[in-house]
Order: sequence, then C-alpha cells, then structure tokens
Amino acid sequence: MARSNRELQEINAGSMADIAFLLLIFFLVTTTMDVDTGIARKLPPMPEDEQIEDDSQIHARNIYVVLVNSNNQLLVEGLPMDISQLKDGAKDFIDNNGLNPELSDNPEKAIISLQNDRGTSYKTYIQVQNELTAAYNELRNTAALSEFGSRYYDLLKTQQRDIRKKYPQKISEAEPKNIGENE
Amino acid sequence: MSKFKSKLKSGSPGISTASLPDIVFMLLFFFMVTTVMRETTLFVDVLTPKATEIRKMEKKSLVSYIYIGSPVKRLQSSYGTKPRIQLNDAFAETTDIQEFIATERETHDEKEIPYMTVSIKADEEVRMGTVIDVKQELRKANALKINYSTRKGSYRQGF
Repeated sequence: MARSNRELQEINAGSMADIAFLLLIFFLVTTTMDVDTGIARKLPPMPEDEQIEDDSQIHARNIYVVLVNSNNQLLVEGLPMDISQLKDGAKDFIDNNGLNPELSDNPEKAIISLQNDRGTSYKTYIQVQNELTAAYNELRNTAALSEFGSRYYDLLKTQQRDIRKKYPQKISEAEPKNIGENE
Repeated sequence: MSKFKSKLKSGSPGISTASLPDIVFMLLFFFMVTTVMRETTLFVDVLTPKATEIRKMEKKSLVSYIYIGSPVKRLQSSYGTKPRIQLNDAFAETTDIQEFIATERETHDEKEIPYMTVSIKADEEVRMGTVIDVKQELRKANALKINYSTRKGSYRQGF
C-alpha cells in the first residue's frame, strides 16, 4: 500500500507524440485523394412512343459521320481515317462556316454523328470521344482567346455560355450495329 | 554586456514540445476524416482508358458507379472471363440497372436527383456491346447524366 502510494506517478506522455505520428503517417499513406476524372456526357432521353425521328430537316453537309467498326477502324465521311487525324478533321468540319460546300454551314448547325459496332473496344470508343471533345475544346479556347482574351475555363459563367452557344457540342450517337455478331 | 550574457545563459528553456501531440492529433483527425476507405470490393478488373480531355467529378456523394470488366483472377474459375457488370457489391445483369438507379435515388433528397451522375468505370478491353446495353438501361431509367471514367494521360504514349 505504502509502496504504491510512493510510486504513484503520471503516465509518461512523452511517447504520445510518437504514437500519434505513427497513426498520422499511416493515414497519410492510405489517403488517396483520388479525384475521379472522366468525360462527361448526357444521354438522350428515351424516345416517346411512336415518335418518328425526322432527320430530313438536317442538311447532309451539316452531319459529320464517324463510323467505327468491330476492328476499331474509323470511317469518317465515307473515307478511312486514322484516329490521329480525327481531331483536325472534326475541327475543319465544325469551323467551316460555309467555305467548303461539303462541310458544315456554321458551328451551330454542325452535328457529329457517331456510330460504333457492338464489337468496338471501349478504348477506341473513348479515344474517339476524346478526340471529338478535344476538337470542341480547342475551338472554344480559340474563340475565348480572341473574344475575351483568356482561356475558356478561366472565363466567367456568362462568357462561357456565350462561347458554348457559338460552339455547341452536338455529338449524336446512333443505335449501334452488330455486324461482327459480337456479344 | 554582462547583463545580456547572463540572460542568454540562464534563460533559454527551449521550445516547449508539450503542444506537439495536440498538433499531431489535429492533423491525424483531419486525415482520418478525409480518408475514404474503398467501400466496395471490386470483383471485376477495371483499368480505365486514358484520355486527355477530362473533367474532375464534383460532389462524390451524388455519383453512383457501374463497373464493367472481366472478373478478377480468383473468381475466373467460377465466373469465367466474359466481361460482367458490378453494381455495389455483387455481379449484376443489365436488367438490374433500373432497380439499382431507383434505390440510389431513394437514398438522396428529391432536389438532388437531377444532379445525380452515373459513372461508368469500364475496362478498356471491354467491347462496346456491353457498354451500349448499360447505356440503354440508363436511358430507360432516365439517368441521363453519365461520365465515362478515364485516367489522365495521352493514349498515344502507348504506341
């Protein structure tokens, strides 16, 4: 009894910092501030019953047809194309402003029609989507620089809307084909 | 002079480290709170494709994930290598997606529903057929805001 009284002392808190540091380092290491990134898209709503889609009002020159087959090859406006050329091709098409009679009237009317096979690999699909998005982003950036003097993402919301109105991103995805009979 | 010297000698107690644990604990709590342990165990192998034109996803609580890919190695004996869909913690069929979206919506406020996003985390080797089926189901479920999850980087580096 006397002995315990004599030796009663506080727990040494000196190592508390070490323990806390250890835990801290554990959480520092395990924390993955993984920001999820991706390409955002909006799906078209399901068509109402018996609604017939009317494409006839869109002039053929305003549609940029991109087909991807099950071997991941591209056919753009009837001609085979390498994916590396797609961005420039799309840019030429969108920003044609009626110069070339085969390309679009103006960016507002330009529509990119994308159709892929069920056998197309997801990687190729994303690459195509990426190139098309890149084409729009570059055009928007150029427009933003010439009009407001700064990059598109640095603009105010209202300015961004103006640019978006000028270069609306119209990518239409047709119902997929199943030529390769792939699952 | 002598006064100055004596002061220097006698009075340098060193910085008190007594508050160090408190500071460290504060940091510790910060990291404990921000750490998000992965809630779902992945049953499918997903290596998302690379892309450059990517956007950060906002409001993680409003995002539902759909994983598409081949089953992981240890499950391949029972499930094969054909790409499968994973919703939450189980394999699913495309027909389950509408129900999945409905239950996801129930957990959120009505006001938040238009902002809910579905993130498609698909492996780059997956064929589009599966992805298209998923997208069709999402359209039926009226979950139109989607996001193709990608990694940052140029795919041209691979060539």
